[in-house]
Amino acid sequence: MQKQATFNSRWLPWLLIAPQMIVVLVFFYWPAGQAVLQSFLLQDAFGLSTTFVWFENYKELFADPDYFATIVRTFAFAFAIALSSLSLSLLLAVMADKPLRGSAIYRTLLIWPYAVAPPVAGVLWVFMLNPSLGVLAHGLRAMGVDWNPLLDGNQAAALIILASAWKQISYNFLFFLAGLQSIPRSVHEAAAIDGARPMRRFWTVTFPLLTPTIFFLIVVNIVYAFFDTFGVIDTMTRGGPAKATETLVYKVYVDGLLGGNLGGSAAQSVILMGLVIVLTAIQFRFVERKVTY
Amino acid sequence: MANVTLRNVRKTYPGGVEAIKGITFDVPDGQFCVLVGPSGCGKSTLLRMVAGLETVTSGEIDIGGRVVNQVEPADRDIAMVFQNYALYPHMSVYNNMAYGLRNRGMAKPEIDKRVREAAQILEIGPMLERKPRQLSGGQRQRVAMGRAIVRQPKVFLFDEPLSNLDAKLRIAMRVEIRKLQRRLNTTSIYVTHDQLEAMTLADILVVMNGGVVEQIGNPLDIYQKPATTFVASFIGAPPMNLTPLRGDEAGIRFTSGGSVPAGTILGVRPEDLTVSTGDAPEGGVSYDLIVEAIERVGAETFVYGSRSGAKEAAAVSAKPGELPPGEIIVRIPGQAAPAIGAAIRAVAPRDKLHLFAADGRSRIDL
Repeated sequence: MQKQATFNSRWLPWLLIAPQMIVVLVFFYWPAGQAVLQSFLLQDAFGLSTTFVWFENYKELFADPDYFATIVRTFAFAFAIALSSLSLSLLLAVMADKPLRGSAIYRTLLIWPYAVAPPVAGVLWVFMLNPSLGVLAHGLRAMGVDWNPLLDGNQAAALIILASAWKQISYNFLFFLAGLQSIPRSVHEAAAIDGARPMRRFWTVTFPLLTPTIFFLIVVNIVYAFFDTFGVIDTMTRGGPAKATETLVYKVYVDGLLGGNLGGSAAQSVILMGLVIVLTAIQFRFVERKVTY
Repeated sequence: MANVTLRNVRKTYPGGVEAIKGITFDVPDGQFCVLVGPSGCGKSTLLRMVAGLETVTSGEIDIGGRVVNQVEPADRDIAMVFQNYALYPHMSVYNNMAYGLRNRGMAKPEIDKRVREAAQILEIGPMLERKPRQLSGGQRQRVAMGRAIVRQPKVFLFDEPLSNLDAKLRIAMRVEIRKLQRRLNTTSIYVTHDQLEAMTLADILVVMNGGVVEQIGNPLDIYQKPATTFVASFIGAPPMNLTPLRGDEAGIRFTSGGSVPAGTILGVRPEDLTVSTGDAPEGGVSYDLIVEAIERVGAETFVYGSRSGAKEAAAVSAKPGELPPGEIIVRIPGQAAPAIGAAIRAVAPRDKLHLFAADGRSRIDL
C-alpha cells in the first residue's frame, strides 16, 4: 500500500497548501519581518523622519534597568502562574479521576473556564476583587486584609497571577486527567497490594508516570504566562500600579503604541520572538519526544 | 502458609448485577487451586475479592484463620500476578521487585538478598537494571512472578497470567509456575479460561459459570465424572458430545439400569468413541454418522460427523462451547481418517457414557 499521495501536476500541491501559506505569510512572516526592520530604525518625536541606527535600539534597551526589571518580573509571573495553575489542576485531576458519582459533571464544569476569553476573565476577577465593589474584596477586608490592588503593587501582581492561573487550570486539568487515565488501573492495584499507602502511591507511581505530561504543560504554561496574559493585564491593571504588573508583552504595547517608541518596541518584539523560538525548540527537542513505557 | 476459605461469598454491583451468587470452598494450605470458566463467569471478580481489590457484598473470606473482608489489600499478606503484569514502567526490574519490600520498611541488605534470590530462581539476574519496556513478554512475566515471590506472602493470586504469551511460551511458563509453587509450597489461587491450563496446574479445580460453582474437585475426577453438562462440555477438548435422547432411544438402551425419561442427555467424549463396523457392546452406544469435516492435528485426528436423521433434533439450540445438536466429534489416533461424505459408525462402551438430567444441571449415575 502506498501511503503517500503522488501528484502528476506540478502546481496542484502548491495550490493546495497556498491558503495556509498565505495566512502564515501575511500574519506571521510579514509582521515579523516588519518588526525586525523596525527595530533597526529610529523615528523622531513627530514621526516625520526615520533614521537607520543598526543596533542602537537594542543597546538602549539593554542599558535600561527598567527593562531588566520587567524581564525578572515576567519570569517571576510565569513561574508563579505555572506553579499555582499546575499544582491546582493536578490536584483537581487526581480527585476527578476517582470513581465518583456524577464525575462527568465535575469534569465538564472544570473545563468551562477554558472557554472564557482572557479579557472577560479579567473583568470577572476585577469585579470580584474591586476594592469598593467586589464580593471577595469585602470578605478580605472583613478578615482584616488591607486590600487595595489599585495602590498596592504586590496585591495587583497577586491578582494577575490568580486570574491567569485560574484561566489555565482547565487546559492543564484536561491533560492531567488524560495522563492519569492512561495509567493502567492494575498498576495502582499492584502498588496497593505492594503496601504503598495512597500518598506514597501518588509520589512513587502516579507522579513519575505523569512526568511527560508535566514537562509538556510546564512549557505550555510558561508560553501562556508570557504571551497570553495580555488580555488579563489590560483589563485588570493596565500594567500598574507603578508598572508592578507590566510584563514583557505588555511593555511592548505600552512603549510602542502608547509611548510612540516604535523602534524600541520593535526591538523588544524581536527579543520575545527569539524567546518563543527557544521555548518551542525545547518543547520539540525534549518534550515532544515520544515517551513510551 | 495459610489456607483460604470462602463462605457463601456474594458480590452485587451497585447497578444490581449479581456477579457472584454465593460461593463456598476451601483451599488447604500449600494447595494450588484453579478457578476456571468462560469469560464473564465471575472468576476474576472472585479473585479480586480475595485480593481485596473488590468489596465483598456478603459472606466471609478467610485467609489463614482471619476473616479479611475489611482488611486492606496490603495487609492481607497476599501477592498477585496480573494479566498485563502491571509492572511499574518507570522502575528497573530490581526496583519493581524491591518496591513492596521497601514499602514495608525492610532493611536494605535483606531486600537485596531476597531480590537476588528471586532473580536467580527466575533466571532474570542479568536483567535487574533494565526497564520493563526493554523486556520480552516472557521476561516481564518472570519479573511479575519475582515481585510476588520476594514478598514471601501467605497466598499467591494469579489472574490469567499466561494469556498474553504466545502458545509455546505459555506451555513453558505453565510448567515453571507449577514447579515454583511446589518448591515454595505457597497456597495459590489461579484464574484462567483455558481448560488445559486448569487441568495441568490444579490440585483443586473450581469450575465456575454465571457466578456460581458448577463443580469442585480433583481435575481428573471432574474429567471423569462431570456433574453438569456445562462442566462436561467445558472440561476436555474437543468438548464432550451431548445428545438429548429421543423417547424410543431412552427406553431401548437403558432398560437394564432402570429407565430414564426422554430428553435425558447422553454424553460421550470424542476420545471414548471408536470407529467400528460392528454393533456397540452390550449397553453401549453407537452413532451412524456422515463425515462432514476432518481436523488433523498430527498425533490424532478429529472427525466431525452429523447423525443421519438427526436434523429434527436441532430444535434445541447450542449453547456457547457446545456442539450444535446432531453433530458428533470422534477422536481417532494417528492420521488415518475416513473420507468426507463417508458413512461411519462410532461406538462407545457402557462405562464411558455419561447421563445428565434434561436441564443439564445434574448427573445421573448409571
